[in-house]
Amino acid sequence: MKVAADVAAEAPAPVEVLPARAPRAAGLRRAAFRWLVLAVLLLLWEAATRAAGSAFFPAPSAIVVRMREMWFSGPPQRLFLTDVAVRNILPSLGRMAAGFAGGALAGVVLGLAVGLSARVYDYLDGVLQFLRAVPPPALVTVFLVVFGFGLRMQLAFIVFSIVWPVLLNTADGARSVEPLHLQTCQVFRLSRAERLWRVILPSALPKMFAGLRLALSLSLIVMVFSELLPGTTNGIGFQLTEAYSMFDLTAMWAGIVLLGVLGYLLNELFLVAERRVLAWHRAAQEPVG
Amino acid sequence: MSASALAPARPAGTTTRWSRRAAGALAFAALIELVSRTGLADREFLPPATEIAARMGTLALDPAFRAHALTSLLAWAAGLGLATAAAVPLGLLLGSVPVVDAATRSVVEFLRPIPSVALIPLVALVIGTGLQLRISLVVYAALWPILYNTMYGLRGVDPLAKESLRSYGFGPLPVLLRVSLPSAAPFISTGVRLAAGVALILTVSTEIVAGRGEGVGVFIYFAGLAVPARMTDILAGVCWVGLFGVAVNALLVAFERRAFRWHHARLEERT
Repeated sequence: MKVAADVAAEAPAPVEVLPARAPRAAGLRRAAFRWLVLAVLLLLWEAATRAAGSAFFPAPSAIVVRMREMWFSGPPQRLFLTDVAVRNILPSLGRMAAGFAGGALAGVVLGLAVGLSARVYDYLDGVLQFLRAVPPPALVTVFLVVFGFGLRMQLAFIVFSIVWPVLLNTADGARSVEPLHLQTCQVFRLSRAERLWRVILPSALPKMFAGLRLALSLSLIVMVFSELLPGTTNGIGFQLTEAYSMFDLTAMWAGIVLLGVLGYLLNELFLVAERRVLAWHRAAQEPVG
Repeated sequence: MSASALAPARPAGTTTRWSRRAAGALAFAALIELVSRTGLADREFLPPATEIAARMGTLALDPAFRAHALTSLLAWAAGLGLATAAAVPLGLLLGSVPVVDAATRSVVEFLRPIPSVALIPLVALVIGTGLQLRISLVVYAALWPILYNTMYGLRGVDPLAKESLRSYGFGPLPVLLRVSLPSAAPFISTGVRLAAGVALILTVSTEIVAGRGEGVGVFIYFAGLAVPARMTDILAGVCWVGLFGVAVNALLVAFERRAFRWHHARLEERT
């Protein structure tokens, strides 16, 4: 079971520094402290950039103003999104969502299929480890040659990049079902489908989610990467390269901040979903007493 | 049939597993060969496996490609090394002093989700497109897994061990170095292994986007720009990068097994 331990260790649970049941007042105080520190640091950043006056490092206030006028000063009925935002942010998110959904689905299905048999897993292990080890950006050229520039190439690239971590983690989760549970299944004469649905899938879920979390941040990275290449016509990455060629550093910073915020929000959303789905698992893991 | 497919997995012996892995890899290569030679896939898009392997061989002997590989390797290693040197002390500090952690947490939470490839254009403008560009981006990206794993590892330290050392009159630093660091070491090393993969991604990404000078990414990118595209070159380059990734990972796993035998033993007990 060494391999199982490895993959588990590769995706540590999200680090939560707050103890699970901190008293409310202490928690609030800590949150207030954090926001205060953040505010102070932002002020420091503002002061430092204004004092330096470097073209490379615009003040945070300038970045925020720029973000607002570039993307969020549109009409209210369109949720304040401007044309630029509709043209660039939405396609990026759409591509990422479609690529993530496709890659995650394929990874889970294939991972379950591979993980169900120790023999199949052994045969495919080497090839899969190799495919996972290839850095996705190295493959972008392959997809460019096959599909040419455009949406198809970007989607295929994102799907292909994220399918491996999901597949390997799911397979590993499916493999590490407690033998006792499977024997119990046999005793109760559960059908194949029941066994898969009620025993194997639930016990693979925690590792599956670890793989999906890796895939989520990876999909953001490869989405931006695919848009940085020449030949793209829209997207957040495209806007970054455009700002690069026009030497517009404030717009570039704005793009980076936007991507950071998006990454943060997506991760939070994912954690909420994970907590829901894995509520029973967390409860089972909680130490007694 | 249903019983055998879903029966409890009985782990095969190491030799069996290795021979199965090799057989699987050979079958995969044979499949590519077949698909390409029968014309099922366009040969221009998927050259036969034997041709890719042969090209890998000639590339290994080609001084120009070796220079590319050496440059990439240098950026990768320097970035990973610097990231480790910075992230471990930082992680120890953040993980053992709650006030510092609380103060920096919001900053870390906002910096970490920034996809590092988005920084390529900005850093290229600020410091130029030389080797420093690659190294600084690799450092940025590789920092997070190591930092997080160090902090994560520190939280699992046995409080009793710390308390008993403290009660013998040891100060905070000796406790950190004698108890916390060894106990967190397996996690740190897992973080470094993860970071090694991330560093490889960033090295190649930067080379492809900045597309100048030497590097395996540059080689792959220009092979794709050629008309017609040199697919055999691309795939041979990709395979070298992938093999490098597998080798580094295997080396680090082997190191972890030897150095932290006690840790793995504990994990195995649990499963």
